[in-house]
Amino acid sequence: MAEDTRAELSIIYALVEDRPGVLFKVTSLIRRRGFNIETITVGSTEKERVSRITITTRGDARIVEQLIKQLDKIPEVMKIGELDLNDTVFRELAILKVSAQDSAKRQDIYNYISIFRAKVVDVSKDSLIIEIVGNPKKITAFLDLMKGYGIIELARTGIVALPRGGKAGHD
Amino acid sequence: MRLSGARAVVESLKKEKVEVIFGIPGGSTIPLYDALYETSKDSGIRHILARHEQCAAHMADGYARAKGVPGVCTATSGPGATNLITGLAVAYMDSSAVVAITGQVPRQMIGKDAFQEADIVGIATPITKYAIQVNSASAISETIRTAFLLASTNRHGPVVVDIPKDVMYEEVDMDYAENVKIGGYTVRSGEPHPYSIKRALGLMIGSERPLIISGGGVIASKASEELIRLAELMMAPVATTLMGKGSIPENHPLSLGMVGMHGKGEANIAAEEADLIIAVGMRFNDRTIGKMDRFGMNAKIIHIDIDPAEIGKNIRADVPIVADAKKALSTITARLSEMGSKRGESEWTKRIRSLKESFVENYKRENKGMSPGRLMKILRDVIPKSAIVTTGVGQNQMWAALHFEVLEAGTFITSGGLGAMGFGFPASLGAKVACPGRHVFNIDGDGSFIMTEQDLATAVSESIPTVTIVMDNRVLGMVRQWQCMFCEERYSSIDLGKVPDFVKLAEAYGAEGVRVETYSEFEKAVRKGLKTELPLVIDVPIAMDEKVLPMVPPGKSLKEVVWFG
Repeated sequence: MAEDTRAELSIIYALVEDRPGVLFKVTSLIRRRGFNIETITVGSTEKERVSRITITTRGDARIVEQLIKQLDKIPEVMKIGELDLNDTVFRELAILKVSAQDSAKRQDIYNYISIFRAKVVDVSKDSLIIEIVGNPKKITAFLDLMKGYGIIELARTGIVALPRGGKAGHD
Repeated sequence: MRLSGARAVVESLKKEKVEVIFGIPGGSTIPLYDALYETSKDSGIRHILARHEQCAAHMADGYARAKGVPGVCTATSGPGATNLITGLAVAYMDSSAVVAITGQVPRQMIGKDAFQEADIVGIATPITKYAIQVNSASAISETIRTAFLLASTNRHGPVVVDIPKDVMYEEVDMDYAENVKIGGYTVRSGEPHPYSIKRALGLMIGSERPLIISGGGVIASKASEELIRLAELMMAPVATTLMGKGSIPENHPLSLGMVGMHGKGEANIAAEEADLIIAVGMRFNDRTIGKMDRFGMNAKIIHIDIDPAEIGKNIRADVPIVADAKKALSTITARLSEMGSKRGESEWTKRIRSLKESFVENYKRENKGMSPGRLMKILRDVIPKSAIVTTGVGQNQMWAALHFEVLEAGTFITSGGLGAMGFGFPASLGAKVACPGRHVFNIDGDGSFIMTEQDLATAVSESIPTVTIVMDNRVLGMVRQWQCMFCEERYSSIDLGKVPDFVKLAEAYGAEGVRVETYSEFEKAVRKGLKTELPLVIDVPIAMDEKVLPMVPPGKSLKEVVWFG
């Protein structure tokens, strides 16, 4: 997903009951209320039968607040809120297949991998698969560099995030 | 006690004190109907066989609104369930507590495009408060308890419970869960936050030209008494939304009638001139506020609503109060009384009175043929104030909204949010079943009535004598009005022609039909309706050039009222 610079990034988290159809309800509501999702991730949490959904979107504060209030009306949503970007750890993972036929270029790529603390996870005669974890800006910067070498395929996970500090549950 | 899933459904409905179910059986609900048959002697549940599932949903909705308890409808899988959709969407937009139980194909056939399979949970999710499929008989009672809880607490709304046929045959130990928990859903106390009340009082005391706009939430929370007290304490005129019509008796000196696109001139001008708008249980719909960025430009806004997501959705409030309308209003009025702030006559009340007087003649304007306004006044004079009035959608609905004075809260039932033609007649049947001792009149249009008239069969065979007044102009009148006013009279596909003959149509179903040509014949027919034991259809020819006026053209601000079309 191309990064959009039109408006401030917002990260919304929702803790939801892990029941069939909950993700559908969340995405269906976002669609029908006319909001635009940049990334969405879903996964398990420290609690059984509770999933965490992390949504990133761009829009002014009023729109984001409205989205949160609408999502909060879904009965399975147990907790929802916006994360403060300055006080949040957020990470994304990307894996990309880069063309690397020529050994000089391959060496350049290895240099960048080392600078960005990325990792080679698969090597073939004429390509590499690289894994990179970090905040989305770092990933985008790395991808921009790799474009010059030829990105054959790319997969990004979208953002997962937790607030800093000792407390759980965003209290 | 071991019983079938289907029987568990019926036992659960009994626990919820359900007295009536509106529905049509089909392949996937055969076990449910078998259980209803089995328990018919002692369950106390009456099943009303509709002739179309859409009507079953509208009936359940009309029942819920008239009685203040959830209305229940049922349909089979596939087409039965999809036919409910318009009815559920109406209930969703108007926050009405409807519980729909749908049959589903057996579990092992789900997702295989089986005969009469439709993903009703997927289809219904965007237009219901909640939709859920029950995947084992052991979850039936809990799910039904959850459905009723969700439908009838906080902001009300429709809930779908989808039950696969084999789940209805599965045996289960019946154990009715009283306390269910669903995710983060909590039943709110509805008490207003003291700080927001304090801020609201500050604005109220400082205002010179306060206006109250009352919505459906005031009727849902039975807050009319508190609303009237607030209006009288502040000497604030009260305009209503379509859904709030009747929340203050419309003959009250402070009542301004409906505000908005087809609202009264005095209400719309008051909304432009007010320096404080107290919006209660309403959601600033586009039909209510006219041009969005012009609304309340000169006013501070206090917004009271039970649903936090309504605050700031369409209009930014200066003071938001998330609360039940009754609780918020009673807190506010109590505080105002303590402070001894009872107002008297002011420049504002004089202005309001002169506005009302200046428009009196405008409402009396008559063309050739019978005037809808005068018909509404005759109806009002003849039927008791406790009579329930439902409406279709279109010009008929707006004539009723403009000219039929509602004198008791909750006696006006209309599809306000969705605007679904065909709603009025089945809703009248539901209301009559809910309140058999009251008179129920449906003000309808010919285009609207024809969408659901087949349920005259239900009305006759179940002995539900409501009266339908067909404002019969042989066109889709509201569309024609717009084509006249905004498309230079290019009338496109609005002509309904000469058919049907509504008197013969009624008679074909074994109901009564009467055509009236004069006001006195109309009055006589309405009086007949007060005594009838059969459903009655009164066909009232209306000239197709009759318009709903005044009108605020789309995209205009409320003061740009057009009186003559």
